[in-house]
Amino acid sequence: MKPRHRKLALITLVVAALGVSVALVLNAFNSNLVFFFTPTQIVNGEAPTNRAFRIGGLVEKGSLKRQADGLTATFVVTDTAKSIPVSYKGILPDLFKEGKGVVAEGKLGHDGLFTATQVLAKHDENYMPPEAASALEQAQKAQKTLVK
Amino acid sequence: MIPELGHFALIVALLLAITQSILPLYGAQKGNVILMSVARPAAQGQFVFVAIAFGCLAYSFLTNDFSVENVARNSFSQLPKVYRFTATWGSHEGSMLLWALILAVWTTAVSVFSRHLPDDMVARVIGIMGLVSTGFLTFLLTTSNPFLRLLPAAAEGRDLNPLLQDPGMVIHPPMLYMGYVGFSVAFAFAIAALLSGRMDAAWARWSRPWTTVAWAFLSFGIALGSWWAYNELGWGGWWFWDPTENASFMPWLAGTALIHSLAVTEKRGAFKAWTVLLAITAFSLSLLGTFLVRSGVLSSVHAFATDPARGAFILSFLVVVIGGSLALFAWRAPKMLTGGRFNWFSREALLLSNNVVLLAALGSVLLGTLYPLLMDALGMGKISVGPPYFNAVFVPVMVPALFLMGIGPLTRWKGDSLPDMAARLKWALAVSVATGFLLPMTLKGFNPWATLGIALAVWIALSVLIGFRERLMHTQGGLLRRLGNLPRGFWGMQLAHFGIALGVAGITLVANYQTERDVRMNVGDHTELAGYTFTFQGTTEHPGPNYRAARGTIEVSRGGAKLFDLHPEKRIYNAAGMPMTEAAINYSFTRDVYVALGEPLDDNATTWVVRIFHKPFINWIWIGALFLAVGGFMAASDRRYRIAVKAIAPANAAVQGA
Repeated sequence: MKPRHRKLALITLVVAALGVSVALVLNAFNSNLVFFFTPTQIVNGEAPTNRAFRIGGLVEKGSLKRQADGLTATFVVTDTAKSIPVSYKGILPDLFKEGKGVVAEGKLGHDGLFTATQVLAKHDENYMPPEAASALEQAQKAQKTLVK
Repeated sequence: MIPELGHFALIVALLLAITQSILPLYGAQKGNVILMSVARPAAQGQFVFVAIAFGCLAYSFLTNDFSVENVARNSFSQLPKVYRFTATWGSHEGSMLLWALILAVWTTAVSVFSRHLPDDMVARVIGIMGLVSTGFLTFLLTTSNPFLRLLPAAAEGRDLNPLLQDPGMVIHPPMLYMGYVGFSVAFAFAIAALLSGRMDAAWARWSRPWTTVAWAFLSFGIALGSWWAYNELGWGGWWFWDPTENASFMPWLAGTALIHSLAVTEKRGAFKAWTVLLAITAFSLSLLGTFLVRSGVLSSVHAFATDPARGAFILSFLVVVIGGSLALFAWRAPKMLTGGRFNWFSREALLLSNNVVLLAALGSVLLGTLYPLLMDALGMGKISVGPPYFNAVFVPVMVPALFLMGIGPLTRWKGDSLPDMAARLKWALAVSVATGFLLPMTLKGFNPWATLGIALAVWIALSVLIGFRERLMHTQGGLLRRLGNLPRGFWGMQLAHFGIALGVAGITLVANYQTERDVRMNVGDHTELAGYTFTFQGTTEHPGPNYRAARGTIEVSRGGAKLFDLHPEKRIYNAAGMPMTEAAINYSFTRDVYVALGEPLDDNATTWVVRIFHKPFINWIWIGALFLAVGGFMAASDRRYRIAVKAIAPANAAVQGA
C-alpha cells in the first residue's frame, strides 16, 4: 500500500468507528431515557404500560401499609387532583414520609397499580424532589383553569 | 466584627487579584520586567487575604455565631467541633470560598516553584490564574457573600445536613477542589503558551508535573466521594452515575487524556495544539462541575433561573472563560508547528487512540448529564438518564481502551513492529484469557462480563510486570537497587496502571458476584447470605452528640463459629428531626459484609427490615484509586522536572533567539 492509500484506509476506519459508536450511544440513550408523568397524566392514560417511567407527587396521608411479608409497602401518590396506588418491595428511604414529596421509578400495570423498582430519596429534609414539585404545580394549574 | 473583617479581607483579595492579572499580563506583552515582577508578590498577598477571609468564616462556625446567616443555615450548637469546622464549606457560599482559597494556594505554589521558568511565562501563568480568581471573588462578593448577617440573630442553627457529617465528607471536598482547581494551572500554562506563541517540549515539561499532581488529587477526591456514598447513603452502592458524580468524573476523563497527551508533547513535540485544547477542556469541565453541583441547577433548573444574579453570572463566566480561550486557540493554534512524525503502530499512535476513547467516553457522559437539564430548561418535559444508559455506553467504550493500555507502555516511540509485540505479549495474553475463564468458574459459574473484566485486569497487571522486567533486563546489581534506580516517572505510570487493573478487578467482581437480601427480622431471627449467618439481637437506645439512635446488634457467624458483631444505627438528628441510616460494615481485603437497618415494623421496635450485602473485593476499587493518586504524585516528583529544566531554559532561549 502506498502511504496515501494507507492514510485513506485509516481515515475510513476512524470514520466508521465513530459512526458505530455514535449509533450505539444514541440507541442506548433512546432506550434508557426515563420519562416523568404526574398522577393526573397517568389517570388520563398518557403514560405507557410497557416501559418504565417516573411518577412524582405527595405520599397521601394514612395510605402507607406494610404487607404481611413485612417487606412490601403500598402507598398512594397524589398530585392533589388524582391519585395512583404504588407498591414497592424493599426498604424505603430515610426521608420517605406520609404527606411529603416522593418520586418513584417503575412500571404501570394494567390494573392501574404502579410497581416501583426504586423509590428515590434526596439528601435534604426541606427539599421537595423537583419532579414531585412539578406534579403538584401542574395539578394546581389545571384546577385553576377548571374553575375559570 | 470577625465576619466584617472576613468580608473586608475578601475585598482586598479581589483588588490584589485584579492587580495580579492586569499588570503582569500587560508587562509580559510589553516586555516590561518591573510590571512582570508584580505577579509573585500579588499572588502571595492574595493568598494571605483569602486565607484570612476563610479563617474568619471558620471562626464564625467554630464559635456558633448564628448572627451570620450562612452559619445559622449550616451549623448547630450541638454539632461536634470537627463538623462545625467542615460546615465552613458545607454551603454554596462556603464552598465557593474554599474554591477561591485553593486557587490562591495553587497560585502561590506556582509563584514559589517557578524559579527556573522565564519571567514572561511566570507572569502570564500567574496573571491568568489571577483572572480566574478575579471572576470567583467577584462572584462571591456580589452574589454569594458568606459573611451576610442575620438580623436578628438566630437562637439556634439549622444543622449541617446529617449526610455530610461523615469523615469521608471532611476531606472529600478539599481534595476534589485541589484537583479541579489544579487544572487551572494547566489551563494557565496553555493560555500563556497561546499568548506567547511558545509551545515546545520545555513548555510541556513545565506544565506536566502540575497537571499530574492536580489529576492525582482529583482521582483521590473522586475515590473519597465514592467511598463516602458507599458508607453513608446506606444503599451499598459505590457509584450511581448521579449528575453530581458525573460532574467530577468528566474533568477526570479530560485530565486523564491531558496527562497522556502531554507525555507525547514533552517527549516527541507532537500533539501540541491538541494538548492545549485538552487543557482548556479539562479546566472548563472543572468549572462546569463546580457550578453544576454548587449552584442548585441540578435540583431545580427553574429555581436556578429565578435567581437571576447568580445564574447570569455563572453562565457569563463560563462563556467568557470557555469562549475566550477557544477563540484565542482558534486564532493562535494554526501557528503551532506539528512535531515529529510517527508510524501507525507506535506509542504516539496508541496514546492518540487512548485520547480518542477517553473523549468518546467523556462525550457520552456529558450528553447523559446535560441533556435532561437542557430539556427541562426548554420546558420539554422532565426526563432522567439513569445508570443503564451510562453502563451501556461507558463499558463498551472502555474495553478497547483497557486492552490497548496493556500494549501502549511497551511500545516504542515513532514506530514499533507488530509481530515483535505479539511475541513479547503472547504469554500475557494467554494467561489473562485463561484466568478470565477459570476464575469465574471457581467463584460462581461462567459469566461473560466477569470473564472480560478479569481478563482485562490480569492483562494490564501482566503488562506492568513485563514493563518492569524489560526495564530491568539491561541493568546490573541487586534487585532492590535496580528497582530504586528506575525513574520515578516510570514508577508512577506503572503504579497508576496497576491501580487501574485493581480497580477493574474490583468493579468486575463486585458487580457480578455481590449478593444482597432485604429481610424482616425479629429479635433472635437469623438469616444466611454468602455462607454467613446473621442473627438479629435487637436494638438499644444510644444517644449521640446531636442525635438519638436506635443501635442494632447483629451477630455474624460462619459454620457455627461467631466472627464479629455489627452495629447498624437508625439516627434521628435533633435539629430538624431528620432520620438517617448509618450502615455497619466489616471490611476486609477480599470482601465487605454490609448491614443497614430499614425501619421498625412494630411499635416497640423489636422487628425491623434489615438489608444485608456481601460485597466481594469492593475495597480493591478504592485501593486502585489510591494507586492512581500515589502514582501521580510519584510521577510528578521525577528528577527530570527538578534538574533538567534548568539545563533546558537557556537552550530554549537560544531557540527563541534563532
